[in-house]
Amino acid sequence: MVLQSLKNCYWLSCVLRTPKACFWSTASGGLIIQSVSNDVYQNLAVEDWIHDHMDLEKQQVLFLWRNSPAVVIGRHQNPWQECNLRLLRQKNIKLARRRSGGGTVYHDLGNINLTFFTTRKKYERMENLKLVVKALKALRPQLDVHVTDRYDILLGRQYKISGTAAKLGRTSAYHHCTLLCNADKFVLSSVLKSPYKGLKSNATPSVPASVKNLFEEDPSLTSEMLLDAIAREYATQHQIDHHITLINPADETLLPGISNKTKELQTWEWVYGKTPKFSVSTCLKMAYKDSVLDVKVNMDVKHGRIEVCNIDLPEQWLPPGLYSELVKSLTGSKFCPNETTTLVTTLLRVCPQDDELYSRWSSLCENMIRLM
Amino acid sequence: VCIHRVRSCSSIRFIKSKYVCVFDRSALKFSHQQRLFRTSAVSCGQIVQFKLSDIGEGITEVTVKEWYIKEGDSVSQFDSICEVQSDKASVTITSRYDGVIRKLHYSIDDIAFVGKPLVDIEIDASKGVASEDVVETPPMSHEEHTHQEIKGHKTLATPAVRRLAMENNIKLSEVVGTGKDNRILKEDILNYLAKQTGAILPPSPKAEIVPPLRKTEAVPAAPKDKARKIPVPVSRPIAFSGKDKTEPVTGFQKAMVKTMSAALKIPHFGYCDEIDLTQLVQLREELKPVAEIRGVKLSFMPFFIKAASLGLLQYPILNASLDENCQNVTYKASHNIGVAMDTEQGLIVPNVKNVEVCSVFDIAVELNRLQSLGSAGQLGTSDLTGGTFTLSNVGTIGGTYTKPMILPPEVAIGALGKIQVLPRFNGKGEVFKAQIMNVSWSADHRIIDGATMARFSNLWKSYLENPASMLLDLK
Repeated sequence: MVLQSLKNCYWLSCVLRTPKACFWSTASGGLIIQSVSNDVYQNLAVEDWIHDHMDLEKQQVLFLWRNSPAVVIGRHQNPWQECNLRLLRQKNIKLARRRSGGGTVYHDLGNINLTFFTTRKKYERMENLKLVVKALKALRPQLDVHVTDRYDILLGRQYKISGTAAKLGRTSAYHHCTLLCNADKFVLSSVLKSPYKGLKSNATPSVPASVKNLFEEDPSLTSEMLLDAIAREYATQHQIDHHITLINPADETLLPGISNKTKELQTWEWVYGKTPKFSVSTCLKMAYKDSVLDVKVNMDVKHGRIEVCNIDLPEQWLPPGLYSELVKSLTGSKFCPNETTTLVTTLLRVCPQDDELYSRWSSLCENMIRLM
Repeated sequence: VCIHRVRSCSSIRFIKSKYVCVFDRSALKFSHQQRLFRTSAVSCGQIVQFKLSDIGEGITEVTVKEWYIKEGDSVSQFDSICEVQSDKASVTITSRYDGVIRKLHYSIDDIAFVGKPLVDIEIDASKGVASEDVVETPPMSHEEHTHQEIKGHKTLATPAVRRLAMENNIKLSEVVGTGKDNRILKEDILNYLAKQTGAILPPSPKAEIVPPLRKTEAVPAAPKDKARKIPVPVSRPIAFSGKDKTEPVTGFQKAMVKTMSAALKIPHFGYCDEIDLTQLVQLREELKPVAEIRGVKLSFMPFFIKAASLGLLQYPILNASLDENCQNVTYKASHNIGVAMDTEQGLIVPNVKNVEVCSVFDIAVELNRLQSLGSAGQLGTSDLTGGTFTLSNVGTIGGTYTKPMILPPEVAIGALGKIQVLPRFNGKGEVFKAQIMNVSWSADHRIIDGATMARFSNLWKSYLENPASMLLDLK
């Protein structure tokens, strides 16, 4: 594997510093770059940056990246519908929303990501995927891999090893895909299963598929080998040197404005607030003393915030003033367990100190928070 | 350079074309060749149907997922109009024209067709005008069009940004744009300026306040007191066009509004004192590595909390609660001592349960747990309820004396200032280096009197000034 050292980054920096300028006088048709970071937000920010600032007319770009454990949802998806947010928080797995469409994927270091940057006119997903398949077959001729018309790559006609998504702008476009080398399938399947019931939305749903790692088919394969093979094939097809330039997504001089992009991708407003409008309609089974109460809850959530909230409690179960305070507090607040917890515990401070009330309130609030 | 600012009132904001109507293509792109002037309040903008352009790959339909504009909004060429999705591809549709959006042909989740109208735009011969001011600029030379062309590439910038560049004699071609499509943003101009002058620029030219020159000094001296580290304010890009921003109060702020409004009903009185922590500082230094071996970070708080609990055993009224009608006082058996925490989202006060039966180490463990949950935003309801007494260590950020607000339904709170090294006299009348911390107590004067608070504070202080004395009373 031929990896250029970071010294070449300097060369690249001289060249990338003049955005939109034609920086390769030798006019080679392509550039292969690899991120030194495993932070999903930083890497997504690099994609944004290249999409916004690089002139892809004379030169296309292949970007190679891997992330530490993260769940990445598509631009128009609903994270509550797509994954187990509770589990993500417990396991400290990051949640990111990318700018391209498509479904939800799980990333870890056993998964490689490939982004093909072209001008809008040269946007062609099939070509890219065929390139990947060709690279895989060159590496291991016996691999039974092929591209479906849904732009998935299947192994053995059955198992999905790659999913695709794309983003098109005014003048440039990118197509990115995953490739499962040696990801943790157990974690994958558990985090991508949503426990939240009663959600109704028009968000793009994911299409679940059986997955398999290439490593399972051939244990001699590693992520590095696959990255190298794909880079090699890309270099051949674009008639460029097979060398990979490393870039550091934290380098503000190389990529001016990148830290703002990285920050934006991490904001709550982007990750959760961009969820298309949805409603939650469910029935809480509240265990209280010796009985179980059925409590119907209806909420409308827009921009990640509770627009409307209705909780169908038995009459006088809570002092009416407190119930209306609860609804008033929740309305306009984020559909978020942390914020809800803060609000409901605060409300408890200002109501009569009564053990009975306290336990009813706790029971109701715990159940409400579980919905988020 | 002669710039006229013409006020346009908001009600006729849409009617921007109070000027000679020019509709040929070149005018759309290089509109500043024309002067703007008002004629009459009659719209003569042409409405153009902006059709959804080809997406590629033979796609004929897409789903509209998000609108970035609404009817009545002004748009500039290349502004994002909407986001559509087709088969895993998300496409940003940008405007081809400057103008005002007159009609959206689709709602969210509708299917839109390639080649069919997406929005109707009333073409605006002026360029991206701000809602309040209509800026007139003199006809520009061929080199400096609205969309400057450098080396065959266009430079995009809004009129406000161009004005800023012009005011500061900056060539747009020398500025790196970090906005979409390489657009030059206000921040880019400011960064460029900062790099040039090597400093953060003042927001507006103000008369500089020069300190009065003394006869003995030729030049006013810079503050020499660098011994105290002055917190450096975080530099933020200076907003030139300051606009008031109104947001609803939600979340953590809403919680604070509720709590503090309730706290206001409590008649507070304050009691402050200073504590000599010299011995405690030394003790903590000795114990820190022991705690680290056990995997726990040991701060001063566990000591403060335990000492408070020991004090509450002697003065249980400080760990009580007054009912709504002030008829009954409930003496709480558990010492659930709250610790104010500053998180990214705001103020949160989890509490350590049953401090009366915890060792200092137990408290440290629990604090570690609460702190990591707090910063991750994962505190549970049980962590945040049931508090009976609160300590706030604002000293980690700074400050000496404060006036803390009691958190209902509690009746007392203590706020701790920062630990400073100060000169004090010892028993022999000699000056020595003392580690001094200030404490500010607030208590509910309906059931707590000054004497009780003072005695509690003295007891708490004695435990901390002489930590060995805690051993005598530890349960």
